Amino acid sequence: MKAILTLDNLASGLVTTIWTPVFVAIFLAIIAYAFWPRNKAAFDKAAQLPLREE
Amino acid sequence: MWFLAACSFERESAMPQPSISKTMTTGESGLSVVFAVTAFLSVIAAAKAVDAPFAFHATLFAIASVASVFCIVNRYFDRPAALPPAEINGRPNYNMGPIKFASFMAMFWGIAGFLVGLIIASQLAWPALNFDLPWTSFGRLRPLHTSAVIFAFGGNVLIATSFYVVQKSCRVRLAGDLAPWFVVLGYNFFILIAGTGYLLGVTQGKEYAEPEWYSDLWLTIVWVTYLLVFLVTVIKRKEPHIFVANWFYFAFIVTIAVLHLGNNPALPVSVFGSKSYVAWGGIQDAMFQWWYGHNAVGFFLTAGFLAIMYYFIPKRAERPIYSYRLSIIHFWALIFLYIWAGPHHLHYTALPDWTQTLGMTFSIMLWMPSWGGMINGLMTLSGAWDKLRTDPVLRMLVVSVAFYGMSTFEGPMMSIKVVNSLSHYTDWTIGHVHSGALGWVGFVSFGALYCLVPWAWNRKGLYSLKLVNWHFWIATLGIVLYISAMWVSGILQGLMWRAYTSLGFLEYSFIETVEAMHPFYIIRAAGGALFLLGALIMAYNLWMTVRVGEQEVQMPVALQPAE
Repeated sequence: MKAILTLDNLASGLVTTIWTPVFVAIFLAIIAYAFWPRNKAAFDKAAQLPLREE
Repeated sequence: MWFLAACSFERESAMPQPSISKTMTTGESGLSVVFAVTAFLSVIAAAKAVDAPFAFHATLFAIASVASVFCIVNRYFDRPAALPPAEINGRPNYNMGPIKFASFMAMFWGIAGFLVGLIIASQLAWPALNFDLPWTSFGRLRPLHTSAVIFAFGGNVLIATSFYVVQKSCRVRLAGDLAPWFVVLGYNFFILIAGTGYLLGVTQGKEYAEPEWYSDLWLTIVWVTYLLVFLVTVIKRKEPHIFVANWFYFAFIVTIAVLHLGNNPALPVSVFGSKSYVAWGGIQDAMFQWWYGHNAVGFFLTAGFLAIMYYFIPKRAERPIYSYRLSIIHFWALIFLYIWAGPHHLHYTALPDWTQTLGMTFSIMLWMPSWGGMINGLMTLSGAWDKLRTDPVLRMLVVSVAFYGMSTFEGPMMSIKVVNSLSHYTDWTIGHVHSGALGWVGFVSFGALYCLVPWAWNRKGLYSLKLVNWHFWIATLGIVLYISAMWVSGILQGLMWRAYTSLGFLEYSFIETVEAMHPFYIIRAAGGALFLLGALIMAYNLWMTVRVGEQEVQMPVALQPAE
């Protein structure tokens, strides 16, 4: 990328960079969801799912 | 012809309801017309073909289309007026026909694929075994072997188990009437076209993406139907939660669709010929190819079979998943990381250095989700470890997970550039691939089929657990012989290639390295023969399970395990 600060460079730089923090944020949100204490009961129930079915 | 044989699978519990007047469904009439038109077009294509293999394949398309019309109409005349109900007495009326067919084909293609593998392994030890014929040369049989074991054996196992798991874990009948049959039959027809093409010299020359443009188009239609059948079944579900195995299956189906479309854009030389040229060339093509190739490993051979792990191990061990939280993180970490690992196949090539390093970095990061998943699978046996002693099927499933851990440790290590400089292009790679393919994919598939066949055919259990035990030990011995021979041979080969004399000349000629590997090639072939022998024992066992196995008595009330 050229060092000159133009709108084009700024836009393409932003677009190619922005997904890294976005994906990291999504992933952290997933971890939070997985470990959220209130979800524990539902997950424990889901772990039993293959044993419960008919 | 399996098209005709398959029709007999569909004799299921449909309650006759004479009050409804019998008419063809839109699917039945529509598909009949589509196949009739396809038959007509295929005949024209066969007549105008510019090369013999294309004429042959167009003829196969014509025959299959006519057989399909016959099957659909025949099935219509045989069936009662009402389609099979979604529920009988308040319980889901599961659709087992396509599952039985795919299980049968998995076993058939498995044996065929292992046999071709044994033949080419023997050719490497004794080259005269190619008989100096083009159709039996290593270059044509090798893609036949890889496609037969990965796509034909593995693919049928994945389709069979996914159709089973999605119904059971969603507690709903599989979506579609003809669509599931179209998926299993169409997929196996794709295998037939691809496989015969390799023998006749029809290939794109892209590893694991060898089928030519018309096979690719056909697979696209089949795969989109597969996606829709799976998705609609999930949408119709009676169980509010979408079980983790379905997430893995869904990732497998979606990603394979994306990879297939991404890697295969090609322009045919003639619409009546088999040859085509890929849309982009050079390093872009190489990068696309290995983005495809490594994610075929990641999403076909890993995500799909992890779905099997997450359903079949808890079910067989009668234990809940060790940590459902870990399974969620396992899933998303795998999804986020795997897609970037492809460039490690192109170390020290024209691919930009930073891209190689990126591929290596993501491959190393994959250690974490891989081992997280492995631990989750193994620890599911908590409180049931004693079953390993008495249940060889569960032992097979658990050993597969151990092999998964081993090969996903080895893979990232081999993606490190300095390690790769020794291992790449040597037999070490072949050893690594087979510890994953035979140990992980093979064993988890065998374990799943040993569970699935009695369930789908409604049998009390397997014909013989003793034979499973024999299968387990013979195949394990085969794998050990195979991978240890390839490790020694590969590292020996790599070291010989890079050995210099004190004067700076290469110490060994190429043919000297070939000579040095000869004993290991014989050991490898012996290992492959044992693996094949195990599969033959399995086929006999499953056949007898279906033929003479005792019927499971249907219980009027569902038994609920204590929670």
